[in-house]
Amino acid sequence: MPLEASFVGRPFPLGEPYEVGVEKVREFCAAIGETNPLCVDRAAARAAGYPDLIAPPTFAIAVVAGAQDRLLFHPELGLDFSRVVHRDQRFTHHRPIHAGDVLSAVACVDSLRVLAGNDVVSVRTEITDAAGDPVCTTVGTLVARAAE
Amino acid sequence: MTPGGAPTSGPGTSATDVRDPGDRAVAPAAGSVAVGDELPPLTVAVTRDRLVRYAGASGDFNPIHWNDRVASAVGLPGVIAHGMLTMALAGRLVTDWVGGPGGVVELGVTFTRPVVVPNDDAGATVELTGVVGAVDEQAGTARIDVTARFQGQTVLGKARATVRLG
Repeated sequence: MPLEASFVGRPFPLGEPYEVGVEKVREFCAAIGETNPLCVDRAAARAAGYPDLIAPPTFAIAVVAGAQDRLLFHPELGLDFSRVVHRDQRFTHHRPIHAGDVLSAVACVDSLRVLAGNDVVSVRTEITDAAGDPVCTTVGTLVARAAE
Repeated sequence: MTPGGAPTSGPGTSATDVRDPGDRAVAPAAGSVAVGDELPPLTVAVTRDRLVRYAGASGDFNPIHWNDRVASAVGLPGVIAHGMLTMALAGRLVTDWVGGPGGVVELGVTFTRPVVVPNDDAGATVELTGVVGAVDEQAGTARIDVTARFQGQTVLGKARATVRLG
């Protein structure tokens, strides 16, 4: 079943802003084994000129998950999630995310394609801060394998 | 399917493997970096413990990353690591070298093969290496090309970062 073409460009924002917590950044660092003081030691981060702990570059995926899920699990999109694999992901950081950030995220489908019978969905999500300034742009591609 | 042979690093039951931190808040100076320079390699034991921690930290609770029954039912050889966890490890290789996340302008990967994580203390050994692929002296940036291997095969494709030099 083809995916719903009208989703291309349709914005899906987070319901509420994502507030970056100190302990959430530390939890993420513990999970990936990140021990850089800028990420886990508030005094070190502040001494280096950051407002608070800064997050590893892929932490942004936790920020955008809510907006992306609203889009990808939308029943009218028609994506069979049991057949989905994550093909690629790219983050462009306009500045580091730090604890205390209150972030908004808007996800939208960049493109919908069918390749060899598989649905290929490219999703772009823009993260902005409380002032509306850009923080991170992330683009990912999901592939839903064709049903047998 | 179990990872072949013995793991190349320690038992790795901890989620915080230890590296020499070195001077970690300073990016390499632009003039000191050349194409072909190798980054210090990073070897990480990806255990079930780590997958559970990553699921909680990231909010990705897809059961293929912790439940053997579900992983088998969808045709996987076993529980597999989150691709985003492997990408995070690639990010660590880069941030360790560039002095922290503040130096990373761009990070992108393609997920080419799953990392199958056995239910034992050793886990799956992921070996990450990186090399300077290009230097843009005007912009003060470098491109880092990352290779991630599991059981001798690459698990990421086109894994590249753009970093800001000092």
